[in-house]
Amino acid sequence: MSEQAQALLSARDVVQEFVVRQAGGVRGGVVHAVSGVSFDVMPGETLGVVGETGSGKSTLAQAILQAPRPKSGSVIFRGTDLTKLRGRKLLRARRHLQFVFQDPFSSLDPKWRVRSIIEEPLIAYRTGDRAARRKRVDELLDLVGLDPARYARRHPRELSGGQAQRVAIARAVALEPSLIICDEAVSSLDVLIQAQVLNLFERLRGELGLSYLFIAHDLALVKQVSDRVAVMYLGKLCEVGPGESVYQQPLHPYTQLLLDSIPSTEPGAARASVTIKGEPPSPIHPPSGCRFRTRCPRAADICASEAPPMRELASGHMVACHFPLAAPATPATSLMKEAAQ
Amino acid sequence: MTDALLQVEDLRVSFAVGRGEIRAVDGVSFSVSPGATLAIIGESGSGKTVCCRAIMGLLPARAAISGSARLRGGELIGLPEAELRMHRGSDIAMVFQDPARSLNPTMRAGAQIAEAIRTHRQVSKREAQAQAVELLRMVRMPLPERRFHEYPHQLSGGMRQRVMIAIALACRPKLLIADEATTALDVTTQAQIMELLLDLQQQMDMALIMISHDLGLAASYADEVVVLYAGKIVEQAAAVQLFGTSGAVRMRYTRALLDAIPHLERPAHALLPVVGGRPPDPTALPPGCAFAPRCSHAADDCLAKAPALLEHAAGHRWACWHPCENGTGSGN
Repeated sequence: MSEQAQALLSARDVVQEFVVRQAGGVRGGVVHAVSGVSFDVMPGETLGVVGETGSGKSTLAQAILQAPRPKSGSVIFRGTDLTKLRGRKLLRARRHLQFVFQDPFSSLDPKWRVRSIIEEPLIAYRTGDRAARRKRVDELLDLVGLDPARYARRHPRELSGGQAQRVAIARAVALEPSLIICDEAVSSLDVLIQAQVLNLFERLRGELGLSYLFIAHDLALVKQVSDRVAVMYLGKLCEVGPGESVYQQPLHPYTQLLLDSIPSTEPGAARASVTIKGEPPSPIHPPSGCRFRTRCPRAADICASEAPPMRELASGHMVACHFPLAAPATPATSLMKEAAQ
Repeated sequence: MTDALLQVEDLRVSFAVGRGEIRAVDGVSFSVSPGATLAIIGESGSGKTVCCRAIMGLLPARAAISGSARLRGGELIGLPEAELRMHRGSDIAMVFQDPARSLNPTMRAGAQIAEAIRTHRQVSKREAQAQAVELLRMVRMPLPERRFHEYPHQLSGGMRQRVMIAIALACRPKLLIADEATTALDVTTQAQIMELLLDLQQQMDMALIMISHDLGLAASYADEVVVLYAGKIVEQAAAVQLFGTSGAVRMRYTRALLDAIPHLERPAHALLPVVGGRPPDPTALPPGCAFAPRCSHAADDCLAKAPALLEHAAGHRWACWHPCENGTGSGN
C-alpha cells in the first residue's frame, strides 16, 4: 500500500494472547484475543472498529497503547514502532496518543478536583509553569463546553455522566495529541447526552485536526463518526472499508447479520428480520479456518480448512471471506495483485 | 377499559430527602391489555424503573406511594408483603438489566430455576428439575442439560439473561416486566433475546412491559409507548401512531430523543441535532413544563404553567403547549 508511508498509525499483524490458568496454576489454555490484525489510520481520519463483546476490540486498543504490549506484530505511530520502544522513549511517543474510556467515573480519580485531573498530564510532561498550566486547564474546560468557574473545583462525583466524560475528553486533548482512541466512549451515556458528546468529538476533530480510533459495539454510532469502518469478530478483522460501502454493500456475512440486528424505528420491522444463530465460540478454542464459519449461513468445507485472506474487492473495501456476499465489479488490477501474492 | 390486565392510575412515588422531596413518579396512568407490549421510555432518572418497582412492591419502605395499580381488578399498592409475594413470580415477574448481578453466583443455573418453581408450586425436587430443563429448552439455551449444572460465571451474558428469563417464566406469569433487559447485551444478542421474548409472549399469552431508554427498540417491538420525563408521562400513543411512515411524534422531548439516535442513513460526521442541558434536578423541578429549559420552542407559557397530558387525537396523548407539526419541526 502506498499510503503506508503517510499513515498516522499503522498496525501490522498485531497478535495478543493471554494464558489462562486453572485451579492450582495449571496452564488452562491460551486466549487468542487478537490474532493478526492490520489496519491504518490516516491523519485527520476516523477509523471505527465494531465488534461484539469478546471480539478483542478493547484488547486491540490496549495493544496499540502498549499497555500491555502485544505478543507480536508492529504498531507504527508517527513513523516509530512503539513495540520497539522502552521507558522514556515510549512515554514521549505516547504523548500524542491519548485514550477516552467507557466509564468516566472509574477513569477519573474520585478524590481529585476537575482542575487537577486535567492538569495532571500537563505536569507529567512538564508543560509550562503553574500559572500557564492553570490557564490551559481553563481553556480546555471551555473547549469541552464546561464553565471553568463552575466546574474546575468540583469532584467527579459532583458531575453528571456527560460532564464527567467531558472532563475525561479535556484531559485526553490536554497534550494536543494527534490520535485519540475512544473505547466505547459514549456507550454509557443517555441518548441526548450521547449526541452532545458525539458532537463535541466532531467539533474537536475539526478544531484540533484530530484522528480517532473509535471503538464501539453500536453500528449506527460508529457509522455516524467514521470515515472508514473495520468489523471485528473473535480477534480478527472480517471487513474494512469506507463507511458508506461497508454499510450499504456489506461483503462479509457477519457484517450483514450485525446490520440486520439493529432495531429500526419502523414499527414491527425488526420482527421480520433474521437473527444470528448461537453464541460466539470460545477464544480459547477458536474454530479452524474462518472464525465465523460455525455461525455463518454460507459456510462450506473450505471455510474450515483455510483461513480466508483479506482481499480488496472494491476500492478500499477489503473482506476476509471465501464467499463474500456481493461480488462487486472487481477491478482486474486487484485480482492480479492477488494472483501475484 | 375493564378488560385491562394491569391498570395503573395516578401513581405517585416520592422520597423524602433532607427538607425537600423527590417526586420520582408524578401522576402516571397507563394500562396494559392481556398479551400486549407496552414500552416505557425515558432517560436515567426519569422514573421508569421506580414506577415498575412500585407496581412490584420492590421499593424501600421510605418511599411514599399513592395511587392505584390493579392487576385483573385486584389492588397491588399497599398490599402486605406476604400477599405481594403471592403475586410476584406467579402473576408478575421481572427481568433486570444486569443478569450477572441478579443471579446467585454460588448456585448452579438449574437450581436457581428449580428454586423459583418450588417457591410457588408444590412439586417434588425431581419434578422441579425436569421443569427447569424444560424451561431452559424453551428459552432456547444451547445444550440445556449441560447448562443446568453450570454456574453463572460459566455462562455468557446472553445465556445468563436466558436463565433470568427462564426463572421469570417459571410460573407462567401473566405480566413480564423487562427492565432494560437487553441494554447490557450486544446487538445480535439483543435481537435474539427480543425475538425470544416476543415468541414466548405469544405462546403464553403474556403481557410485556419493556422499560428502556432506546426508542428504536420500542418502535420495533412495542404496541404502545409511554414516554416519561422527570416522573411524568409526556407522550403516550400506539407505536404505529408515533413511528414509521404514518406516525407522528408531537411532544418535543420525544422528537429530540428520536433525532438523537444515530441513524445509518445519516452521512458520516454530520452533527446530530442536540438539545442542551440535562434533566432537571428532581428536588427543584421548574414550575412549568419540566422540559422547557432545554426545549428550542419554549415560550413564556411553557415556563409559567405545566401542560396537562391530554388526549389530542384518538389514542394519542401528549403534554405540550407547542407540539411538533406532523411529527417534524425539530430544531428549527
